[in-house]
Amino acid sequence: MVMQSSTTAQSPSEQPPATQPKVAKTKSEHPSGDRRFKTLDMTMKRHQYKPDALIEVLHKAQESFGYLEEDVLTYIARGLKLPLSKVYGTATFYHLFSLKPSGAHTCVVCLGTACYVKGSNKVAEELQQELGIQMGETTPDGKISLMAARCIGACGIAPAVVFDGTVAGKQQPEMALARIKDWEAE
Amino acid sequence: MDLSELLDIATAHQASQKPIRVHCCTSTGCRAAKALEVFKNLKTAVDDEELSDRVNVVGVGCMGFCGRGPLVQIDPDQMLYEEVKPDEAASIIGAIKGGTAIALKGDVQHPFFARQVKIVREHSGKVDPESIEDYIAVGGYRSLYKAIYELSPAEVVDEITRSGLRGRGGGGYPTGLKWATVAKMPGDQKYVICNGDEGDPGAFMDRSVLESDPHLVLEGMAIAGYAIGANHGFLYVRAEYPLAIQRLQKAIQQAKKYGLLGSQIFESPFDFKVDIRIGAGAFVCGEETALIQSIEGGRGNPRPRPPYPAQSGLWKCPTLINNVETFANISAIIREGSDWYASIGTEKSKGTKIFALTGKIRNNGLIEVPMGITLREIVEEMGGGVPDGEVKAVQTGGPSGGCIPASLLDTPVDYDSLVAIGSMMGSGGMVVMDQETNMVEVAQFYMEFCRGETCGKCVPCRTGTVQLYALLTKLLRHQATQADLDKLESLCYMVQETSLCGLGISAPNPILSTLRYFNHEYIELLQTPSYLNEKVNDKVNGKVTAER
Repeated sequence: MVMQSSTTAQSPSEQPPATQPKVAKTKSEHPSGDRRFKTLDMTMKRHQYKPDALIEVLHKAQESFGYLEEDVLTYIARGLKLPLSKVYGTATFYHLFSLKPSGAHTCVVCLGTACYVKGSNKVAEELQQELGIQMGETTPDGKISLMAARCIGACGIAPAVVFDGTVAGKQQPEMALARIKDWEAE
Repeated sequence: MDLSELLDIATAHQASQKPIRVHCCTSTGCRAAKALEVFKNLKTAVDDEELSDRVNVVGVGCMGFCGRGPLVQIDPDQMLYEEVKPDEAASIIGAIKGGTAIALKGDVQHPFFARQVKIVREHSGKVDPESIEDYIAVGGYRSLYKAIYELSPAEVVDEITRSGLRGRGGGGYPTGLKWATVAKMPGDQKYVICNGDEGDPGAFMDRSVLESDPHLVLEGMAIAGYAIGANHGFLYVRAEYPLAIQRLQKAIQQAKKYGLLGSQIFESPFDFKVDIRIGAGAFVCGEETALIQSIEGGRGNPRPRPPYPAQSGLWKCPTLINNVETFANISAIIREGSDWYASIGTEKSKGTKIFALTGKIRNNGLIEVPMGITLREIVEEMGGGVPDGEVKAVQTGGPSGGCIPASLLDTPVDYDSLVAIGSMMGSGGMVVMDQETNMVEVAQFYMEFCRGETCGKCVPCRTGTVQLYALLTKLLRHQATQADLDKLESLCYMVQETSLCGLGISAPNPILSTLRYFNHEYIELLQTPSYLNEKVNDKVNGKVTAER
């Protein structure tokens, strides 16, 4: 399915042998791969395959796949008729797009000025120590990703930490550690 | 939709309201403190107490006092409750019937509230951001009607020019002049862009406006579209603000349904549609040319100006870019007139400005104050000063601004006074720092930010920020000499003068302003003879020094 739609987007005649192994790989990694590529198709269609829609499509891809792997980027490049370099360049330019899979849980520590002045760097340090990873990394077991945000705009309740999309305010290191330990115990 | 229909909606909605309105903040800040549970419990309590014929519970936007959330306010009694816990909600409703509320009572007469002058935030915290009827009931979209039917596009531009409104994104460029430039450009296709890429850490005014009163911004954009002859607007919002995006999407749908956006607005020949574009986490996209690149789907690299976006912007068409807060001022100016607006503020900075007062300060939150108020009034009177300590500095303007020392707290807050003392208005972040804050570390913090956010296109910014960061790190390790300090300063000026866009030009500001006002902190960090002696001794004793 994947192969079909990607090859129809570009010179169909010579492509199949080259993409065959890739498709197999995609299928083994993403059992539901087909449907997600379909969502991408729909998004691109809604934007009439205009190259300008690249960021919208990347947002959609990240939302459906969790991260942007090479196959997905190639697929988007073909769909929007853009050179892969442009797609890759855009995907790597923005912090929000990730080319690596993220953990089952994500913990985002806000390091904006208001949070920083109120000690968010201490929260960040303790979390890094507990998990044994740096900001922007995922634990080897794939459980928890630790990230830093520039400012999430919750300065009134600084320091703020986002646990799986839910903002928690006035976080002391021990409070954040407790949440992380709950995840680790799962 | 015509005016009478608009007024009918307003009257019908007002009539459907019950005598008592209980406002519960449901914005990001209060949500993190369980505001949604409070909201739910308030509603249940109204049913339990059988008050549903007298009391409306309304989820509203930001009331400003974010440090003490969740906030619940009761109209028309003006009763305010702070830090409301979900289990206290029932007692608040009980108090309407004569019971006693166990929740913490707030003081609406406190200078934090009393000294504010609200134009942009007039209805923030009073209207339900997810209900267009609520906005229409307080007079919404009437300015758009007035602009279309009572004023010509040129008169709208003229009105904005005479109001003296300046761009609220930080630069302070006269808004009327910008509108006039775009309006004069030839071409059939023009665009309006609302810059909601509020990247400055410590600033959340735009988020609050978009979350609390999304229609106000849409109305401002539509009036701008009418004035400059554009039929298409883009609202660029940071992906970090999911609630704002969700409410804007809803607001656009509602406005379309009523014919207040889309084709033939108010049955006039004027068309205006608004699309949302979501950012992807790049600070540099707050710069207008970078933002345009991002809407076009590419990397957010700025390009040299001229040509300015007013001449050649989005898809090479004349484009008007203004900040969220700028657009949020438009409706009031059209409604009340430019003379009224120009009577507020100082000679060169008119109107009000929203600040996000955060950091080491007792009263955290958003305030809207007239231009010309002094920093001391904001920090000490409204903010209540530093808890257990003294103010050391106030940082304004985010990574592009500077640190203002306590000795200059009597400076009036307006565009030009702040620039004169080495800082800037910026988008409105105001972070208070106490004596415990090390100013060199603050400079390093901002430089780390800029180092990570530079787009890498121009060399002075790309490598300059890295070198400046390295020099500051060296200082903080007590390894720097006077020569390094001199190099730091000259490098600052080099980056400032040779960078392509605002990010690089203003990146050295935090260093320059702390060098100017807190020079002794830099001097104290210089390499000392005792440090050198230690090093020599270590060498003599054969110890390996950890520091390099």
